[in-house]
Amino acid sequence: MLRDEDRIFTNLYGWFDWGLEGARKRGDWSTTKEILSRSPEDIVEDVKNSGLRGRGGAGFPTGVKWSFMPKEVKDKPHYLVVNADESEPGTCKDREIIRNDPHKLVEGCLIAGYSMRACAAYIYIRGEFYAEAVRLQAAIDQAYEAGLIGKNACGSGYDFDVFLHRGAGAYICGEETALLESLEGKKGQPRLKPPFPAGVGLYGCPTTVNNVESIAVVPEILRRGFQWFADLGRPKNSGTKLFCISGHVENPCNVEEEMGIPLRELLEKHCGGVIGGWDNLLAVIPGGSSVPMMPKAVCDDVLMDFDSLREVGAGLGTAAVIVMNKQTDIVRAIARLSYFYKHESCGQCTPCREGTGWMYRVMDRLCRGEAEVEEIDALYQVTKQIEGHTICALGDAAAWPIQGLLRHFRPEVERRIAARKAGQPVLEAAE
Amino acid sequence: MSGIDIAENQPESFAFTSENMAKADAIIAKYPEGRQASAVMPLLDLAQRQHDNWIPLAAIDVISEKLKMPRIRVLEVATFYTMYNLKPVGKYFLQACTTTPCWLRGSDQVMKCIKDTLGLDNHQTSDDGMFTLLEVECLGACANAPILQVNDEFYEDANYENTAKLLESLKKGEVPEPGSLSGRNHSEPEAGAQTLLSYKDNEGTRSYDAKISAGETGEK
Amino acid sequence: MPKLTVNGVEVEVPAGASVLQACEEAGAEVPRFCYHERLSIAGNCRMCLVEMERSPKPVASCAMPAGDGMVIRTDTDIVKRAREGVMEFLLINHPLDCPICDQGGECDLQDQAMAFGHHSSRYDENKRAVEDKHMGPLVNTIMTRCIHCTRCVRFSTEVAGVTDMGLLGRGENAEITTYLEKALDSELSANVIDLCPVGALTSKPYAFVARPWELRKTETIDVMDALGSNIRVDTRGSEVLRVLPRLHEEVNEEWISDKTRYACDGLKRQRLDRPYLRKDGKLQPVSWDDAFAAIAAKLKGLKGAEIAAVAGDTVDVESMFALKGLMTGLGSPNLDCRQDGAKLDAMTRAGYLFNATIAGIEDADAILIVGANPRWDAAVLNARIRKRWLAGGLKVGVIGAPVDLTYSYDHLGAGPQTLSEVADGKNAFASVLKDAKKPMIILGMGALTREDGAAVLATARKIAESTGMLVPASKDADGNEIPAWNGFSVLHTAASRVGGLDLGFLPGKGGADVAGMLDGASKGKIKAVYLLGADEIDTQRLGDAFVIYQGHHGDRGAHRADVILPGAAYTEKDGLYVNTEGRVQMALRASFPPGEAREDWAIVRALSAHLGAALPYDSLEQLRAALRKSNEVFTEIDIAPQAVWGPFGAEGSMSETGFGTTIENFYMTDPISRASLTMAECTEVFVLPKQNRTGTEG
Repeated sequence: MLRDEDRIFTNLYGWFDWGLEGARKRGDWSTTKEILSRSPEDIVEDVKNSGLRGRGGAGFPTGVKWSFMPKEVKDKPHYLVVNADESEPGTCKDREIIRNDPHKLVEGCLIAGYSMRACAAYIYIRGEFYAEAVRLQAAIDQAYEAGLIGKNACGSGYDFDVFLHRGAGAYICGEETALLESLEGKKGQPRLKPPFPAGVGLYGCPTTVNNVESIAVVPEILRRGFQWFADLGRPKNSGTKLFCISGHVENPCNVEEEMGIPLRELLEKHCGGVIGGWDNLLAVIPGGSSVPMMPKAVCDDVLMDFDSLREVGAGLGTAAVIVMNKQTDIVRAIARLSYFYKHESCGQCTPCREGTGWMYRVMDRLCRGEAEVEEIDALYQVTKQIEGHTICALGDAAAWPIQGLLRHFRPEVERRIAARKAGQPVLEAAE
Repeated sequence: MSGIDIAENQPESFAFTSENMAKADAIIAKYPEGRQASAVMPLLDLAQRQHDNWIPLAAIDVISEKLKMPRIRVLEVATFYTMYNLKPVGKYFLQACTTTPCWLRGSDQVMKCIKDTLGLDNHQTSDDGMFTLLEVECLGACANAPILQVNDEFYEDANYENTAKLLESLKKGEVPEPGSLSGRNHSEPEAGAQTLLSYKDNEGTRSYDAKISAGETGEK
Repeated sequence: MPKLTVNGVEVEVPAGASVLQACEEAGAEVPRFCYHERLSIAGNCRMCLVEMERSPKPVASCAMPAGDGMVIRTDTDIVKRAREGVMEFLLINHPLDCPICDQGGECDLQDQAMAFGHHSSRYDENKRAVEDKHMGPLVNTIMTRCIHCTRCVRFSTEVAGVTDMGLLGRGENAEITTYLEKALDSELSANVIDLCPVGALTSKPYAFVARPWELRKTETIDVMDALGSNIRVDTRGSEVLRVLPRLHEEVNEEWISDKTRYACDGLKRQRLDRPYLRKDGKLQPVSWDDAFAAIAAKLKGLKGAEIAAVAGDTVDVESMFALKGLMTGLGSPNLDCRQDGAKLDAMTRAGYLFNATIAGIEDADAILIVGANPRWDAAVLNARIRKRWLAGGLKVGVIGAPVDLTYSYDHLGAGPQTLSEVADGKNAFASVLKDAKKPMIILGMGALTREDGAAVLATARKIAESTGMLVPASKDADGNEIPAWNGFSVLHTAASRVGGLDLGFLPGKGGADVAGMLDGASKGKIKAVYLLGADEIDTQRLGDAFVIYQGHHGDRGAHRADVILPGAAYTEKDGLYVNTEGRVQMALRASFPPGEAREDWAIVRALSAHLGAALPYDSLEQLRAALRKSNEVFTEIDIAPQAVWGPFGAEGSMSETGFGTTIENFYMTDPISRASLTMAECTEVFVLPKQNRTGTEG
């Protein structure tokens, strides 16, 4: 288990004061001016060397992403945009950072912004996080008042603004270019890439979009030295990570752990184990709803990091672990996700707009066995027709859970169809 | 159901209060000059807060004029995002999350409780205008599932019984403290955290002690 | 210039080209729905996916910039499957109502489903139904058919410059609509029908009228304004059923105005289909011979100076040429083709042409608009100015009435005073013009159809000369030719005007212009007036003159006539028209004139024999040969000329009255559009409410 002294989010559960005074007692804002006295390239190099990979789902190396920004500010200002549109089902970690450790995020914005020569950060927070937005704004105000951000931030001579922008209910705005569209006052419809945000981003200016957690861990990495972070976890999968565990465990929770912790250890140590015991485990979605599920056999010894999970056909995603035990109607669980993606499709491109509805409707019937066996193959083909053919990754995200279901639980789907044809009850009287 | 649900009965006019107008100007100032369209979402929210939690078309006009945006662009935004209500909702706008993480933890029971207690199905408003029920997608608090959002507030760890209690309070016009309905602290494991217990801040305050005193003062 | 390989074929494309364009260059067909050359790129239909080396996923070729060394394939299994997949998705919620869909037979979705789709559907769920939207009198909507390509939204926003259309909602519930289902208030609105790749937006006036394969298609020229938009006229039997745009990059690109498209129902109403003669105060049908005899009897004994002729706004060059020949034969100097009294002279051709050319607008960097409302005077040309404006770096100044032009401009002033200030370099815009590389002045009829028009013309000329609008051809450092630039541009509103000026349908020595003719007629000095399709003059002032009206509609001129000679409308005859640029274009007959009506030049030719002044040609070809001999501008078809600069206009004092606009109602400007029910409906929806609101009737 991660040692307490290696934890970054020391107020994860809100036991301490979230405000500036409390944050300072926990080490935030302590050497910010020194950090800002280093060159931007130097900071980017440290972040690269720490091995930090983006915490928003894709796992792209953060430092490398920063290095895509132009090396000088020309006619257009640079922007940092922080993605706090936490909406991936299963994911609830950024909420805790924002409400309990908001200064880590604000300080991270300043340092990350400086290293990309940005003039301002816009933090895009999902609209439903109202109390969290109030809290974060209060932290931003405290930081302004203390001269930590704004003109001559921390006495560094560098001017940097932090603005908060609330969303209004659209999962798609977690996609970085949709988020930029939304921030510009439009519908959250993803942009075509290229051009990429580092060239043409917010208001057509060079922009980097980072997840809350990615930004919030940066000050600590720089204060402790990149090596400390790199030594945690496994190579290319370094550092600590906030895990969000939901579903059928005794004690669902958020917890900061070392990357690469075995799934079973994560669930048993922090969450009181699977409801009904480990052998009652059916499957786990390890990285938020978009990631294909893993059956128990895989869960037994899989490690929780980017590469280990990719090797087993899943992914770390946002490290949102959704646990399902054997009492779960697994078809319904995935059908509900299909509904989610249908509801959240922006409607811009054809495969996603039309395909998500089609998949949900078939999934809905499959729950009740109202289908022909051939339709399972047709459904699988539909997922393949969407995957890789859309403007953004929502199409893929909608396809993968179904592919995961069919890969691991096809017999259950076939059983329901057969039961229905035979006039037998499709579901045993569960719950 | 069509995605575009606009009230038939519309008020003749809408105007921001002077206080909200000042707020609107402060919001617009957050964005670079000429980029005032960025303020469309906050201004829609402001209008909704001023106007009983729904946005009349007259407010679309006001916002489009204020931001020098074509009305259709404002309406596009207002219909794209689910949090904008374009028709009246009840005083207590119940938004029950039923996405998989909440569903796994029993959101069906929450929905059933609302049906049993208030007689409401999805998209319905009670006759007295007190409650509207909307099934919503993931609210991003899955470690505290199921979630029932009432207006701005999250009520977490909901089940049939505590939802019933919550609804009874609301019926009486009492709005309980938001947070876990089971009394749990944030997203800490119900049985108690296994982490951070040995952490000390710079002044030597142990987190365990902080936890105890936070619990005592009721600070969450 | 990036070089890339498409299906093994190496192609070189201009920088900034897309992969899709490169594929076309290489001869590889790429299906598409949302992509359109003249609109911004949406990339949403996903039909144009192609395989690109080193890309794990197929890419949308419309949105991918062509890069050097790219290896593209459009003929692989992955591409085939991607297209089939997208096609299937597009069809699952598309109704199977092709048999009752007006788009049937000319539907992109239908065609591409044939070429790229599965032969049957695997979709067993209910199809989506979407409520139809009201979009005004021209555009019919069947929204269930919509495939959300957003071409219509992009067209109306980008080209037409009206921001009323949008895509509301999201996901599978997203719907195209106008704001609160308001009619689409643009003179170009119906182009969305052509752009719609499916049958979601169809033509309301043409609803359920015909199938495309029943129609005879004639490629011809429009006369509803002075642009000479290239059109295709679709007929069944003798009936014109619809008018569609034809591509002409230098004139109308692929747009036409709603009037050009929809005035055609006016061709069926109030037609003059036989000769009439006024007997006992009433017009009575007569034979051609009787009509001619009556004219001959009346003109016999009249002196040339007692006869006058006016040519109308939609008349072809040949019939004006014939009538001029006849009048000359009768010894009359009283000719005029300027019904509106525009003080244009024919001293110098460059003095009455749109010298910058329509396409040249895209090169201009400063435009001074004087006494014109381009949005109504020439809606398609206005879209070209907007296109240039959207590209950035264009400054526009307006002298005249401040109207919504769909782009922003500096309103410099109302009338001649401001114009003089610019001419004298006292107005700030004078330096804008001077600093510009290719400055332009657009001089509208509102500035010229006034007493002081000639002085206005001279002042405009002075501006052109003093602000560097006349740039001779030159060579750059590398010896490349830099073409000449002439920014002096007269924006005509009448299709026949430039042709009339070119052939000199103007007062001869001692002859009267229109105002003089009306004066003369009311005073009894002019005893016979020949109106060739002329309906825009004050017929009340014709006094007791004997009026011959030759034309196709029972409009103002015919009502006052003593003899009516039924002619052919523009779709019913071969003819030449010269557009505002001086571009000679040839119109072709799409159908025959009704009843006993005849082609106009032939009527004049026949009458000339009856009058004993027979014109020296017996066929249209002979007439055209004579025409070419009279003026060499008619020898070249479809060329925008570079006219030589010279003197025109007349110095003089100018009044203080502001420049007006000459068009009061865009939808009704000539006998055909006045007879059109569709145009009447547009007037009611778009024009009357605004007039009532602003109280500027008339």
